[in-house]
Amino acid sequence: MNYLLSSIGRKQLMGISGLIMTGFVGGHMAGNLSMFIGPEAFNSYGHAIVSNKPLLYGTEVVLLLALLTHFVMGIWLTRENKRARKSKYAKPTNGDKSAQFASKSMIYHGIALLGFIIWHLCTFKFGNHYDVTYDGVMMRDLFTLMVEKFNQPLYAAGYVVLMLTVGVHLSHGFSSSFQSLGFNHPRYTPKIKTLSFLYATVVALGFLSMPIYIYLVY
Amino acid sequence: MGGVTAERRNYKLKVWKQNGPDDSGHFEEIDAKNISPNQSFLEMLDQVNQELIESGKEPITFDHDCREGICGTCSLVINGNPHGPQKQVTTCQLHMRSFASGETIVIEPFRANSFPVVKDLMVDRSAFDHIIQAGGYISIKTGNAVDANSIPVGKEYADMAFNTATCIGCGGCVAACANSSAMLFTSAKISHLGLLPQGQPEHQDRVLNMVNAMDEAGFGNCSNTGACELACPKGISLENIARMNREYAKASLKSRS
Ligand code: HEM
Ligand code: SF4
Ligand code: FES
Repeated sequence: MNYLLSSIGRKQLMGISGLIMTGFVGGHMAGNLSMFIGPEAFNSYGHAIVSNKPLLYGTEVVLLLALLTHFVMGIWLTRENKRARKSKYAKPTNGDKSAQFASKSMIYHGIALLGFIIWHLCTFKFGNHYDVTYDGVMMRDLFTLMVEKFNQPLYAAGYVVLMLTVGVHLSHGFSSSFQSLGFNHPRYTPKIKTLSFLYATVVALGFLSMPIYIYLVY
Repeated sequence: MGGVTAERRNYKLKVWKQNGPDDSGHFEEIDAKNISPNQSFLEMLDQVNQELIESGKEPITFDHDCREGICGTCSLVINGNPHGPQKQVTTCQLHMRSFASGETIVIEPFRANSFPVVKDLMVDRSAFDHIIQAGGYISIKTGNAVDANSIPVGKEYADMAFNTATCIGCGGCVAACANSSAMLFTSAKISHLGLLPQGQPEHQDRVLNMVNAMDEAGFGNCSNTGACELACPKGISLENIARMNREYAKASLKSRS
């Protein structure tokens, strides 16, 4: 059978695409922290990114491919998985033998994440266009757009909840991708699991601090 | 502590009854009376069956053989857990002292499309045999017995191979997995031979063929939840699945056909 059609091959594609997005999300969060310095720092950071066309388009293509691969494989594998047991148990595994919540619900937070990504791109990338000029350079004023959006309570709250969802997805996903790609070692795997949890927590807290900050301060 | 005890307990069993693979099946409530806490779970079922037979009713069908945790024939999902609540214990080695008197005990078969129910709690696990037939062996020339220590094996590898060889092929991993995945079993078998020098000549084909056979048998895929490892009566670890994942990727890349 073809590697790309096999159970393991498809899961490894999920792992690689997931890791690519995981790396991006961390960088995206760190860069956005510039908003805490102020509107000029944030807008200039954004401007620097969109001015570097090879970097911008390269990243966009890779991320789009990763997202598509991840989504298609996620739906495909999950459908197969659900169908591998027609007759359901009356009771789930429990006690010492129950698996962790995040690992069992990946498809649900995953689909929520897809909805979020579309919503997020519509709001910011393809959203209202304001301009601002610093030192004679005109650029997009994303900070004003952000203030406009995050001052709506439902908008800010929605972001906070969805960022927690990202955290849950990543807390399992990060370490899980190592396992899928064949890396498991008694000395390193416990550390990867801790790192996975920490990374997910930092990414989620970093992102969700932004709507809260804007809502409270601006 | 063992020993003789006069204590007797009563339980309410909710047992899955199913007349063959195409029947839809249902739960039946059956009383288990006068059970000693020192009886094993299967001895409890034996006693219940004896009473059912004596009162002209049909006994509960379940699988068992060695009753000492080595053959992999016993199964059952007990209160939601394959092989019952305790870790690293097979159903045949589980005792009634693990259940409070008066408790309702739900007993279901190992459920997976690839393990069709034969009757009641007995399932057909020949899908595992097909995986083994696809590569779970080594081919050797017979003849004079070679000296036992003529092939050196590193201690760590010998230990790892031995640990994977303790997989009894019970299918508890499939039963526990939300996806009915057989990866823990398959990876234990691939690792067992792949970690030893004798397994090297056929290693690449073994990995490819056993994974293909596993996929073709209709088991689900792995989501890395770890439910299999927690359910496995022999403590087979997820490390084996990771090994299978990387060996499969390597073999797919290197394969010349
Ligand atoms: C399009 C929306 C998404 C869907 C539908 C989705 C769905 C899933 C599913 C179902 C799994 C588990 C696969 C399995 O266990 O068989 C998974 C794993 C994973 N996801 Fe997502 N996800 C989405 C978006 C994301 C995003 C945005 C990221 C990163 C920021 C991400 C990172 C990961 C990682 C790292 C894994 C672990 C892969 C592995 O176990 O090898 N996912 N996802
Ligand atoms: S891996 Fe464990 S649970 Fe699975 S068949 Fe082997 S012994 Fe049974
Ligand atoms: S009956 Fe042999 S392992 Fe349980």
